[in-house]
Amino acid sequence: ITEICGAKRVGYFGPAQFYIALKLIAAAQSGFPVRIESIKNELPLPRFMALKNDSEVRYGTPAELHGTKFQAPHANLEKNSYKRTDEGDKQEPKSPPMSPICSPPASPSTYQRIPLSYGYGKSRSGLEQQHGAPYEVRHSTHQQDGPSSGNYGAKPALSSSTLNRSLSVEREQPESSAHYSDDPWRITEEQRDYYINQFRSLQPDLNSFISGSVAKNFFTKSKLPIPELSHIWELSDVDCDGALTLPEFCAAFHLVVARKNGYQLPETLPETLLPDYLQAASLKPIRDCMLYDSYSEPLPGSQQTRDFSRTEKASAEEVPDNSALLQDAKKGQEEKQALKVSTALKTIPKEFQHLTVKTAAQESNALKSRPRSRSYSSTSIEDAMKKGEEPPTPPPRPQKSHSRASSLDLNKIFQQNTQAVRSGWLPPPPPALPPRPSVSQTEQVSEVELHPQMNRPPSQAEENTSAKKEVVLAQPPSKPARRKLRTETQGLETPELSPTINVTSSLPAVKSHLPVPKQSSKQKRAIQTAIRKNKEANAVLARLNSELQQQLKEVHKERIALETQLEQLRPVTVL
Amino acid sequence: VLVNVICSPPQNYPLYIRSIPTENELKFHYTVHTSLDVVDEKISAMGKALVDQRELYLGLLYPTEDYKVYGYVTNSKVKFVMVVDSSNTALRDNEIRSMFRKLHNSYTDIMCNPFYNPGDRIHSRAFDNTVNSMMMQVC
Repeated sequence: ITEICGAKRVGYFGPAQFYIALKLIAAAQSGFPVRIESIKNELPLPRFMALKNDSEVRYGTPAELHGTKFQAPHANLEKNSYKRTDEGDKQEPKSPPMSPICSPPASPSTYQRIPLSYGYGKSRSGLEQQHGAPYEVRHSTHQQDGPSSGNYGAKPALSSSTLNRSLSVEREQPESSAHYSDDPWRITEEQRDYYINQFRSLQPDLNSFISGSVAKNFFTKSKLPIPELSHIWELSDVDCDGALTLPEFCAAFHLVVARKNGYQLPETLPETLLPDYLQAASLKPIRDCMLYDSYSEPLPGSQQTRDFSRTEKASAEEVPDNSALLQDAKKGQEEKQALKVSTALKTIPKEFQHLTVKTAAQESNALKSRPRSRSYSSTSIEDAMKKGEEPPTPPPRPQKSHSRASSLDLNKIFQQNTQAVRSGWLPPPPPALPPRPSVSQTEQVSEVELHPQMNRPPSQAEENTSAKKEVVLAQPPSKPARRKLRTETQGLETPELSPTINVTSSLPAVKSHLPVPKQSSKQKRAIQTAIRKNKEANAVLARLNSELQQQLKEVHKERIALETQLEQLRPVTVL
Repeated sequence: VLVNVICSPPQNYPLYIRSIPTENELKFHYTVHTSLDVVDEKISAMGKALVDQRELYLGLLYPTEDYKVYGYVTNSKVKFVMVVDSSNTALRDNEIRSMFRKLHNSYTDIMCNPFYNPGDRIHSRAFDNTVNSMMMQVC
């Protein structure tokens, strides 16, 4: 292959050679003979062993020019990263003026143009996927943004419309594992719509701009400190005219959202928030569906990793805590049960305590509440739910120390996980509901047999209070829409704060992506009650387990005592 | 050595001070303060042409020190003062003027920010970057 593509002759892999080589690899993997002519076939993407994430997919195969559907290998290919080495390659093809995707190649001499146009067609996808690459890499992709965005207007007129469709079709599948979703500075479709609606509320004409004072009042409502708002303005008002056009407004809003979630503001505006980029993005409906990444996914993903570790620690802490408490108690059954009740009550009020603290604090200063809640266990569900709620609403906050860089690493781990969860969210909730309550009920029945009733009422009382809190929090006074939605998500999260032993089972319910709040709210509440019951049952089972172990220990001790007695008595009888 | 100060009327308190190197800052502050009087004097003398760039030379300051103090005033009587080392002979008048122009542009950008109240100290990062780049050029 090296020889055919000309690299041996030339001595290096230039862009043309690289593309030809990739095409030949695809050909070879598909079983075609490795010859120059095989390139002309429509080939699936070459398969590479999984390298790192963040594909340079656009260079995956130049064979996908003519509207062929991307196949499963595409998902594999996304695992590749040609990263840095390809950056230089990418620069070169991008800098020549982008020709529209043209008719099939006639000769190898056109190969250079083909990869370019292919790369251009893929660049839109590649852009998003590249933007999943680490932040530093994004700077190099900035140049590609320019030409690719400039060509968007020419897109519909081309025969590449078929390619668009195919791109968009295949995009929806790997969307979840699309790596550009790592980018917290990318605006999702829902966010964009939300921002546009907000813009309309301030200024009906979408082509005009919002004056400085109006924007100032609006953004001041977000309760960010003025210096930060000032910095956000500085970043987003690119032309420094004291007014915000629609893309500038979207960028500013997005920065506010990000800041409220604990992301540090960048020193310079990320490329994905530049007005040109956003303008081009808003022009292309097809591109918008590609923009449909899961902004919430990287955030929940990152949240979940931390939260998993925390909940594991928490559950580990809780069990020894309970058992220690139980061991300290006397051997009486009532005392044990009383202790169990007290421990159960202790854990639950503790969580509710800091929950209320957290929700109260969130209204004033999100960042302050974060560190406090971090010290407690079982914040995972809230965080995951918060992230799941992100797209139409500014998401509630991740950890303060959760910098973008670290979030990117964690995101990749959880993208598929979360996406699978998310995709499975919307269909299954109703069928999923019936099994859970029945399971919890059977568990509760068994629990009743072993424990006195007094255990359950206290925990249920706690649950009732939590439900009340949820209702209260879900009905905040009329504030800016994003504030209201945020408290609503907070309210939804309060019931999640019981000891979380099986986080994963509750995760599918938690990952409620909210494109339309009203529809799924009922489902959510139902699922949350189910989750609550589940957790309750879990807690009860844990207590039961510890209690039984205690009993076992006592029985062991009795047995040992009896055996020693027997030993003492035996010599006497023998003698 | 380069010191940048922006002072705003009416009390002429500084909105922004930046100096490289950072020792002897107090001395520079005093220098700037004294030079403000000279600037005011020149403004009142000008009459119509307000936007002007003036130069304050060694004669005003400590005879033992070699500093040149340059001044600049905007239409809204915001004063920019720059103190440079006299030993830095590479700095010519044109360069000083261009530096002031850049400062003025950056200042205008800050003014466009609705979150900035005129009279506040300037904390803008973009402005800092501009000033830093200018200072790097000189030193």
